[in-house]
Amino acid sequence: MQLTAEQVRHIAKLARINLTDTEVERFTTQMGDVMQHIEKLSALDTDGVPETNQVTGLTRVTRPDAVEDFGKEKALIACSQNPIQDNQIKVKKSI
Amino acid sequence: MDPTALNLADTKAGLAAGDFTAADLAAAYTSRIQKLDEKIGAYLHTDPDPAIAESGALAGIPFAHKDLICTADMPTTAGSKMLAAYQPAHSATVHQRLAAAGATCLGKLNLDEFALGSSTENSAYQLTHNPWNLDCVPGGTSGGSAAAVAADLCVFATGTDTGGSIRQPASFCGVTGLKVTYGRVSRYGVIAAASSLDTVGFLTKTVRDAAELLQIAAGRDPRDATTGDQPVPDYVAGLRTDLHGLKVGVPKEYFIEGLHPEVETVIRAGIDQLSELGAEIVEVSLPHTDAALAAYYIINPSEVSTNMARYDGIRFGPAGQGDDLVETYFDARTKGFGDEVKRRIMLGTFALSAGYADQFYKKAIQARTLVQQDFERVFEQVDLLATPVAPTTAFRIGEKSDDPLEMYLADIFTIPASLAGVPGISVPAGFDSAGMPIGLQLLAGQWQEEKLLAAGHAFQMATEHHLKKPQL
Repeated sequence: MQLTAEQVRHIAKLARINLTDTEVERFTTQMGDVMQHIEKLSALDTDGVPETNQVTGLTRVTRPDAVEDFGKEKALIACSQNPIQDNQIKVKKSI
Repeated sequence: MDPTALNLADTKAGLAAGDFTAADLAAAYTSRIQKLDEKIGAYLHTDPDPAIAESGALAGIPFAHKDLICTADMPTTAGSKMLAAYQPAHSATVHQRLAAAGATCLGKLNLDEFALGSSTENSAYQLTHNPWNLDCVPGGTSGGSAAAVAADLCVFATGTDTGGSIRQPASFCGVTGLKVTYGRVSRYGVIAAASSLDTVGFLTKTVRDAAELLQIAAGRDPRDATTGDQPVPDYVAGLRTDLHGLKVGVPKEYFIEGLHPEVETVIRAGIDQLSELGAEIVEVSLPHTDAALAAYYIINPSEVSTNMARYDGIRFGPAGQGDDLVETYFDARTKGFGDEVKRRIMLGTFALSAGYADQFYKKAIQARTLVQQDFERVFEQVDLLATPVAPTTAFRIGEKSDDPLEMYLADIFTIPASLAGVPGISVPAGFDSAGMPIGLQLLAGQWQEEKLLAAGHAFQMATEHHLKKPQL
């Protein structure tokens, strides 16, 4: 399938990425080429074929529900480049 | 004698014999990096004064990490502007295990941004040049790792392989590259690309070196729920010098139009070598090979789009500008990500979006089942598969960078094994007429690294391709 510029703009919005008009044009062509290749799959008969999400057969891996002190919250908070206040990251208003 | 030319086993022997000290060794590598890396561009970061341990199986052995692997004492960028200022609070399990064994970490190596690419050209920081021809790419995404090992800028390097990112650069740079079974080596502290596919492995000068390193790195890690608790055999003890009793399958779907004739010649000769070593060679079929690439380029972008959601300028990345929170997300992501990351995020967002998820994502994970069943069936008949790693030798810098689909096709022979979660190894098998290296790919069933390493070692004992060095 070929993608339209409108579709690419919509996808970019969903993905929280701003695109310039030139970028929209370039990505529309490039992603369209990839989608055309991917469409090969539609010819594949997958009726009744189970889905593979985990390839080595692990299911429901759990660990003991025990609190472990990571002990590095200051270093973690320091990863942020936003202002820090009271050991918390300060962000812009959300509503 | 220049100790930087030595493989891991010989470096250890040299240290043990007192031919050089660990400090001499680190200094020799540091000075070689200073002298040569300007033209290779393998290192993103070097430690000017690396800690040198005196005990452990890898005491004093200089190595470097693909810069996707978190290190609490060094920056970690993932090759992205998004993480330009990131200093991890913790070290990856693989780093902890290597450090506990006494290895000396020289620094961090270049890669395609967030491990997305096939040439290392997608790094936000620098190009890495192939040591065999500086106008060519080293492959990717572990291109810095492959180039560093090929140019003797470290004894070994870590890498990650999601769709071929260890095997393909190993082939392009003439080194050994081991991709493990999904879950064989912990990914705790390794920045995620596509979580159902990502694996951690090694780029080394010999198969024997890879066996020794896997011994240290493999095994269950409570901090990575996808690691398996299968026992870790003694890989070095399992190495062999002949292949009697082993059956090697040659999948016909890997010898197709598009495989360069010079690559095919070298691979066929490599397979003959396996036969001379005693292996029985049989033709086999993996009928869903063609579907694998298409399925991969749905599954990989889908998982990438999910993993990249965490880079929003709040916890990681440049603080975004804007009037409200959502605007700051847009700003941080637009500034922080390069083109290929944006493409993958958007492809994945599309494949998972309402109205398309069944047509693309669901279909792809069903196709993945068929690909995996191909491998299961074939490994009931044979112990190993022998194939090319890549359809060509290293291509020129810039040759494919404007055509993402062409770039994706470079992974056509490595992707099916990634979807099936099986291990593979790239071993140097010869050179094309321009003198560029060609790797032979060996694949085995899940958790069968021992067979891969045994066969790869036998191959290297009988050949000298892995001993050739680029002129620098």
